[in-house]
Amino acid sequence: MLEIRWHSRAGQGAVTGAKGLADVISTTGKHVQAFAFYGSAKRGAAMTAYNRVDTKVIMNHEKYMKPDYVFVIDPALAITTDVTIHHKDTTKYIITTHLSTEELIKAQPRFEDKDVYTVDCIVIANETIGRPIPNTPMLGAFMKVSGMYDIEFFKENMKRVLSKLPQKIVDANMVAIQRAYDEVK
Amino acid sequence: MAFDKMELRDVEVWDGNHAAAQALRQAQVDVVAAYPITPSTPIVEGYAQFKADNYVEGEFVMVESEHAAMSGCIGAAAAGGRVATATSSQGLALMVETLYQASGMRLPIILNIVNRALAAPLNVNGDHSDMYLCRDSGWIQFDAFSPQGAYDLNFIAFKVSEDHGIRLPSIINQDGFMTSHTAQGVTTITDDDAYNFVGKFKPMNDMLDFEHPVTHGVQTEEDWHFEHKARQHSDLMLKVSPKIDEVFANFEKLTGRKYSQVECYDMEDADLCVFCLGTSVETAREVATEMRAKGLKAGVVGLRVIRPFPFAQIIEALKDVKAVAILDRASPGGAPGAMYNEIAGALYNTEYSPLLSGYIYGLGGRDLTKANLVDLYNELQTNVDAGKVTTQLQQFIGVRGPKLSFL
Repeated sequence: MLEIRWHSRAGQGAVTGAKGLADVISTTGKHVQAFAFYGSAKRGAAMTAYNRVDTKVIMNHEKYMKPDYVFVIDPALAITTDVTIHHKDTTKYIITTHLSTEELIKAQPRFEDKDVYTVDCIVIANETIGRPIPNTPMLGAFMKVSGMYDIEFFKENMKRVLSKLPQKIVDANMVAIQRAYDEVK
Repeated sequence: MAFDKMELRDVEVWDGNHAAAQALRQAQVDVVAAYPITPSTPIVEGYAQFKADNYVEGEFVMVESEHAAMSGCIGAAAAGGRVATATSSQGLALMVETLYQASGMRLPIILNIVNRALAAPLNVNGDHSDMYLCRDSGWIQFDAFSPQGAYDLNFIAFKVSEDHGIRLPSIINQDGFMTSHTAQGVTTITDDDAYNFVGKFKPMNDMLDFEHPVTHGVQTEEDWHFEHKARQHSDLMLKVSPKIDEVFANFEKLTGRKYSQVECYDMEDADLCVFCLGTSVETAREVATEMRAKGLKAGVVGLRVIRPFPFAQIIEALKDVKAVAILDRASPGGAPGAMYNEIAGALYNTEYSPLLSGYIYGLGGRDLTKANLVDLYNELQTNVDAGKVTTQLQQFIGVRGPKLSFL
């Protein structure tokens, strides 16, 4: 069982990102689950989304999770909320920030001794998609850190997931995914 | 006017709402009259989108309330069409008056209820308060444990409800957010297979059949009211259950997916049983398997058909078990849990007397964790070892503050 927790603000696309990731993984025959916890929160409110991946049918519906990966797609949340809650020794963190990993750890000592990767998904999204929607770049970074799939395979599948969007936006998302894949440290 | 068919992959990653919306599309529902409410909105929104994109040939009626939504459905069903809608919580509470009209008029409407807490305090998350609110409304009531169930049970419900020997409306319950907004793999049925399974709608006593004029929604006072209600209850008690079994069997032939009115998991030799509804059934199954590895003979019973209450099947499922935890995801308002009472009632006049204990849990979407369920099975084992229920009969799982227990 692979478990992922997303930290986001409502409107940044964490739910879409979690469902998109689940969709891509499902095509490889694995079982998936993607859900979010936001109640009636309004745009901008802090929220969490979740992925589970397994080789067998996923029957667990609890919200509680000790994640293998934590994705933080809003830079402030890494500082202002405890994104390390229910940490386990093997948990990896991929954090959207303009800071380097060292600067981030200095700014938020919680990340000391943790496996932290940083990438500025907000800047990447702004420069490629033209809007600060950092969800798809985060998945590009995840592909690099996890080595889960070949990046070209992932992008091909994401094109299908995003196929309802105008071609220009789909293309921009592909550039964003590739940039985050290349830039995550 | 022709409509387009949709190519689906064998497995689509859908949440429960989208799964239900797709089922309404594939069943080619004629009329959806709906008023939006969280968390059920995407079901009727989905149908409206399919209609706008020419994937269904039907009517979407926007109304001013849930009361009007079901009223519109009643009118359309009486006129002679395949009709469905969806709602939750406060919306269902406003709709309740018309639920009794729909079942009393024997109109085969399909209602997807995405289960959510009832205010106050206001809460959009999942519990079964709304499910229990319409428990006695005379509708057939199914319960989905996952998005796959929400999809499949819609086809099954149309097939059962619209049968001319049945003609009673059906509710399909799914857990708010935990099913409705959780995307999982759903094994699909092709458009042709799905529509052929449900079949072309066959009207009965339809008001648009001008050659055979009929009256719907009449007034009957002391002279006839009781006979109508008794006949409706009799049909629920005698006709619906065999029809559901028949439709479940045909559905299994089509899809390979087997449904039962009472879903038993690892119950053949179980000493300990957790009895529950909704997504909790699946979480409990996972924990039961883990408890088996620790040497506890754990099983799970989930209720797939809530009404008509599968009395005999429940006795059969629980007859050899030593202790049963009955979980109610609704505040009982000054009584034992509703499901606790029903199970106790089913077993009372039998020779079987497993130790029954009731638990209130998960109100307003409060998480039911695997750790909660581990504790629960251990508590049941303690009861079995002691030969009696060692706690009070009603306890609360996962509520903060001093431990609450009653009775």
